[in-house]
Amino acid sequence: MAQVLVVTSGKGGVGKTTSTAALGAALAHDGTKVVVIDFDVGLRNLDLVMGAERRVVFDLVNVINGVAKLPQALIRDKRLESLHLLPASQTRDKDALTEDGVAKVIDELREKFDWIICDSPAGIERGATLAMRYADAAIIVTNPEVSSVRDSDRIIGLLDSKTVKAERGERIDKHLLITRYSSSRAARGEMLSIDDVLEILSTPLLGIIPESQEVLRASNVGSPVTLSNPLGAPARAYFDAARRLKGEQVSMSVPSENRGIFNRLFARKAA
Amino acid sequence: MSSLVRQRHSLMFRPRSYMAFAIAPQPPVVDWLSDLDASLARSEAFFAGQHVALDLSAVNLSPSAIGQLVTNLEERNIRVLGIEGIDPAKWQAGLPPVLRGGRTARSAEPSAAITAADPAPAPGPARPASQSPEPASLMIEDPVRSGQSVIFTEGDVTVLGSVGSGAEIVAGGSIHVYGTLRGRALAGATGNARARIFCHRIEAELLAINSYYRTADDIEDSLRRRPAQAWLDAGNTLQISAMN
Repeated sequence: MAQVLVVTSGKGGVGKTTSTAALGAALAHDGTKVVVIDFDVGLRNLDLVMGAERRVVFDLVNVINGVAKLPQALIRDKRLESLHLLPASQTRDKDALTEDGVAKVIDELREKFDWIICDSPAGIERGATLAMRYADAAIIVTNPEVSSVRDSDRIIGLLDSKTVKAERGERIDKHLLITRYSSSRAARGEMLSIDDVLEILSTPLLGIIPESQEVLRASNVGSPVTLSNPLGAPARAYFDAARRLKGEQVSMSVPSENRGIFNRLFARKAA
Repeated sequence: MSSLVRQRHSLMFRPRSYMAFAIAPQPPVVDWLSDLDASLARSEAFFAGQHVALDLSAVNLSPSAIGQLVTNLEERNIRVLGIEGIDPAKWQAGLPPVLRGGRTARSAEPSAAITAADPAPAPGPARPASQSPEPASLMIEDPVRSGQSVIFTEGDVTVLGSVGSGAEIVAGGSIHVYGTLRGRALAGATGNARARIFCHRIEAELLAINSYYRTADDIEDSLRRRPAQAWLDAGNTLQISAMN
């Protein structure tokens, strides 16, 4: 049965698109059929991060408007056969998305894929609410700092009230993904600790992605970090998160910068 | 997903009641306005986004003076949604509508219990036990998230989780928060000076009892991040003390 996931945060720049691409590739690694959808109409990025920007012909808005059929707009990843991208339109804005249109696209994708991952735009307006509207589960991407955490809190409130699942009286599964975590900065008190973030948001933790140059490098070469450097620390954290999404029990470790004994002293397990 | 197809409904008007704060200017109005300015200086956003009714029963103003007063309030970012306590003959076009039938919100009749910026459907906050003869109370088992507003004028509100920064609880009675209170808590909102606020960990943005309030700035650092309660003393000063 297909799972519709929304990757959301409220705040911009926290790593939604990066995480969508990385988790999409991690989930598709064993041949599971995955589609990632860019809901950031007008400011699309997912095509770049996936390295598919030169192959975009039709997009989500074209499909909603009936200009193109869904299979025409889907772009198959060159590296992973079972990974697909449905790009956003760059020339339109969020008003081009309609509730019925999005519902139809998601329904059609449910027939074809195991995982449908909706990359939400920042904010709490139309694009973001439509990205979460039909989700079965949500990944809330949060940086360990106060503004990101408060925006995530707001988004969780919206997930519990504005999604179809919530309106039917059901509960949307929520997973917290903490990105750009630096153990040394947390130890110096320059960012919130994992415990602080979990205490404020009281949402189950899906994973902790360490701050790393590799993530930026992967985006720049148009490759999900789980494909460009699958053995690096961020990729391993994303692979673990993907396994937890599939229901596996994977122990959680707080990533630490490998600088010997000092860091080992601070290494520990999170809830 | 056929149920999602939007159906066109015939126009319907339903009567609905809302909570509003009534402010009542006292003569002379000029002095009253400067008192207002003094309290606004302490917390300028206090009225931001609030529904405010203007109770003019204590003053006798001409229609143009009422218009001037409404403008004066608007300049202070207080938007008046209606006027009460005036002779309808004094009303003229351009003034906010005249409100009638207002009553102090501590009414026995069950009124709207929860209004939320993002009203949560069925799960979570349930309907208040308004049928029972016991004092009404509302229990919320989930965290109250940033941007959500819980308004329950009939009695106490108990929150088992935390109240997020940017969230708001308004209760006619006392407020109990078993998690961390990071948002705003307004107890005794219908004029109950004996209401109190209790929380397991205080990091509140604003505490108010019977409309006497303190903002985060006025809460001593020594009290923060620990169990605390707030109450009104005889001089209507909001007191906060640690609870262990």
